[in-house]
Amino acid sequence: MPVIWILTLILVFSIIGFFLGRARAMTSAGGDMRSLHSLPSYYGYNSALFLAVPSLILLGLWLILQPIYIESRISSLLPETAISEDTTRSLVMSDVRRVAEGLDVAVDQGAMTADEARNIRTEFVDVRERLGSVGVALGSEVDAPILNAAQQYRELSSTMNIVMTVLVLALGAAGLTFSYVRTDKDFRARNVVESVIKGLLILASTIAILTTVGIVFSMLFETRNFFTQYNWVEFFFGTVWDPSFSGRGGLSEFGLIPLLWGTLYISFIALSVAVPIGLFAAIYMSEYASPRMRSFAKPVIEVLAGIPTIVYGLFALITVGPFLRDFIAEPMGLGSSSSSVMTAGLVMGIMLIPFVSSLSDDIINAVPQAMRDGSFGLGATHSETIRQVVIPAALPGIVGAILLATSRAIGETMIVVLGAGAAAKLDLNPFEAMTTVTVKIVSQLTGDTDFSSPETLVAFALGLTLFVMTLGLNVLALYIVRKYREQYE
Amino acid sequence: MSDATANSTPATPSASSLFKQDDRVKRRNAAEKRFKAYGLTAIGVGVTMLIILVSSVLSQGLSSFRQTFVTLPITVTQAEFEAAEASMLKTGKYKKLIQRGLEQRLATAELGDVVSIKDAMGLLSGQAPADLRMAALANQTWPLRQEFRFLANGRVDGYFKGRVTMEIAERDSRISPEQLELSQQLADAGIMETRFNRGFLTRTDGSPTRPEAAGLGVAFLGSLYMMMVVLALALPIGVATSIYLEELAPKNRWTDLIEVNISNLAAVPSIVFGILGLAIFINFAGLPQSAPLVGGLVLTLMTLPTIIIATRASLKSVPPSIRDAALGLGASKMQTVFHHVLPLAAPGILTGTIIGLAQALGETAPLLLIGMVALVQNYPSAPPAGLEDPATALPVQVYIWTTRSDPAFVERASGAIIVLLAFLLIMNIAAILLRRRFERRW
Repeated sequence: MPVIWILTLILVFSIIGFFLGRARAMTSAGGDMRSLHSLPSYYGYNSALFLAVPSLILLGLWLILQPIYIESRISSLLPETAISEDTTRSLVMSDVRRVAEGLDVAVDQGAMTADEARNIRTEFVDVRERLGSVGVALGSEVDAPILNAAQQYRELSSTMNIVMTVLVLALGAAGLTFSYVRTDKDFRARNVVESVIKGLLILASTIAILTTVGIVFSMLFETRNFFTQYNWVEFFFGTVWDPSFSGRGGLSEFGLIPLLWGTLYISFIALSVAVPIGLFAAIYMSEYASPRMRSFAKPVIEVLAGIPTIVYGLFALITVGPFLRDFIAEPMGLGSSSSSVMTAGLVMGIMLIPFVSSLSDDIINAVPQAMRDGSFGLGATHSETIRQVVIPAALPGIVGAILLATSRAIGETMIVVLGAGAAAKLDLNPFEAMTTVTVKIVSQLTGDTDFSSPETLVAFALGLTLFVMTLGLNVLALYIVRKYREQYE
Repeated sequence: MSDATANSTPATPSASSLFKQDDRVKRRNAAEKRFKAYGLTAIGVGVTMLIILVSSVLSQGLSSFRQTFVTLPITVTQAEFEAAEASMLKTGKYKKLIQRGLEQRLATAELGDVVSIKDAMGLLSGQAPADLRMAALANQTWPLRQEFRFLANGRVDGYFKGRVTMEIAERDSRISPEQLELSQQLADAGIMETRFNRGFLTRTDGSPTRPEAAGLGVAFLGSLYMMMVVLALALPIGVATSIYLEELAPKNRWTDLIEVNISNLAAVPSIVFGILGLAIFINFAGLPQSAPLVGGLVLTLMTLPTIIIATRASLKSVPPSIRDAALGLGASKMQTVFHHVLPLAAPGILTGTIIGLAQALGETAPLLLIGMVALVQNYPSAPPAGLEDPATALPVQVYIWTTRSDPAFVERASGAIIVLLAFLLIMNIAAILLRRRFERRW
């Protein structure tokens, strides 16, 4: 039974359960609501929750675990002979899956009967052609072990599906019966319902933790795989980035240094654009601007933060890049590439202006007015007050803001993918195309990925490096900002 | 000491008065003015950059909403239709039918016999036969007799938009200056015209050599499906998390850990979420690549911190007296939260959700990693089954188009960005209006 039907059934039964539970409670109280412990609807919720929650949890777990189980079963059934020298077990398994899906499609479209799909043999039928006729294109000829495995795959998954449906519905029924039997006028339904809801709330709040754990573990695991195939010293200290594209045969070199250099160079240019502009904008808005000016300029600058990065990327690619090439780089003989460190850095700098300005604005506003008044009283001009009193007082917060902007710059992807180029180089010329960690993650992971080759796995090592760097900067920035806030409260 | 002060020489009277500025004061005032000017310049630079950015996108992209079409009389009999459908090269047969219509039109237009029919056919898009076939398949009454509007070739379209010039055509193998002259004649005769291009919003992505036929249809659906997944997951989970942390949770290490986690997740680079999606949802859980479902799940995890932060802020802004009153009347903690606090915080939650969705709508990098960069030429089917069909998304479509070599795709990409920005604008305005309408100051 398709999952959507099971979900609908659970929903419908829960609604029925609600009314059953409420009715039973009312009968046990002899129709007098006042002798119930809780409001009648709580008895209904109690029944509905006991029906729905356990069965939904089982359904979710089953759906996650079933493919893994089937995979390992079928994979162990595949004879060694089916795996020839130039393929791996995972490739053969993906063939098996594709054939199984093809058979499903064929049965769905009526091109094959269910019996036929279960019993066809490669000796008698050209499976590839049959599946091709219903629009399932297979890469290679289907041989007997694969077809056999695919048929077992289908059989196993259909049995598992039936078992799942029965178990889920049975669990729901059991939950309903349990809560129905418990329902009585003295049963403390509200307390039970509330603790179940509280449990659900706690469950939801752990998702944030699960996400972090998922990020860290998925990357740690694959990074470890990568370092079993590639020396970690060469990764962290290598100065050549040259993955072989064929995936097999050619030796790849994965040196992190050129990517890190490109990342830091671009971030440096971006920050040297964003920090002065953002800081001065923040100072002007919080110290000089009239309320009208402020109410106009602040949202306009913040629009820059709401524009998707792909827009900045396209801006770098079609406007800024050619402009810099034609009017600065080529006349000065610095290069003829429209994607360059300068292009990406400038555009990223524009994107970062609001990050610096709005955070600094908040922080400057938090400096107590008494400090300014004291400075004015001693005869300082407004700018002297800002430079010598307000900024030093706000400095920790501003440093925090700059660190947050740096972490954005390091992790930014689309601007550098479109604006910085793809050549990994160690160079000082800012009009030269260079590349960054994020660009290489994208280029190693788009298209076909094979999780056993170092060309794919290196992206996880890069991702982990990126994650650790940005996490460090964020934690430091949050620590500084928090510490600073306490100072004036 | 007092003697000393009494006997000290009186301060030498200053040469200047308060009304006359000495050099030092002038310098300080000039520094003041300069400082103020720096600030104003900084804001000016920011605003100018925004204007340049928007106007560059608009000037490059607005033309993609107009497209050059050729109107031809087409007749298809049932016999011809069946013959064409039976043949191996279906579009070849339809091309013949179009050629017949073109010859007819050229004859009536009296352009003389300078025109070779091969050149004239080259003015049409390679997509034209396929379009005619779709129309024929959908046709009920035979013979099909209709004035058909076919897409013109991307180069011809570029000529009318000023992108392709005679000099470029000299060097281009796919168009010649003669063909451009011919298209000018056709335009003068009213056979060829540039008009509003609905196909840009509804068609699927075209092949890399047919920019004129590329549209945003699949990207629209993909983005819509993903937003549905994000809304269905991120809103309940985000609100539940916020309620727990803000209203119920005791202050201990565990809740501290959750809070630190959430603020860190908000600052994790988006591409890391893509890696997570690839490793967990696709590689481990075996969900299909390019599916809006996976994209939606990844974007949900990215949007959660935004929604949680907004929801907590609006829960916090509900005054404690409301809670105290409810508790005093005998409501339980849960009843207080769900019956009183949450409804009062709802506008703020809604605003935060819309802003979170807008962020998710513009996100590109994680979607590249989960395989949404494929060329998708079939619309995904209706949800829920369609959630697992391959699709693209609006920002990803922009990226795909920028990677193609034909310069006509730059115009398409900019056009797609205009559409994307229009959606973001609508969402943000909706958020602002909601806030204005329902915001309550306590």
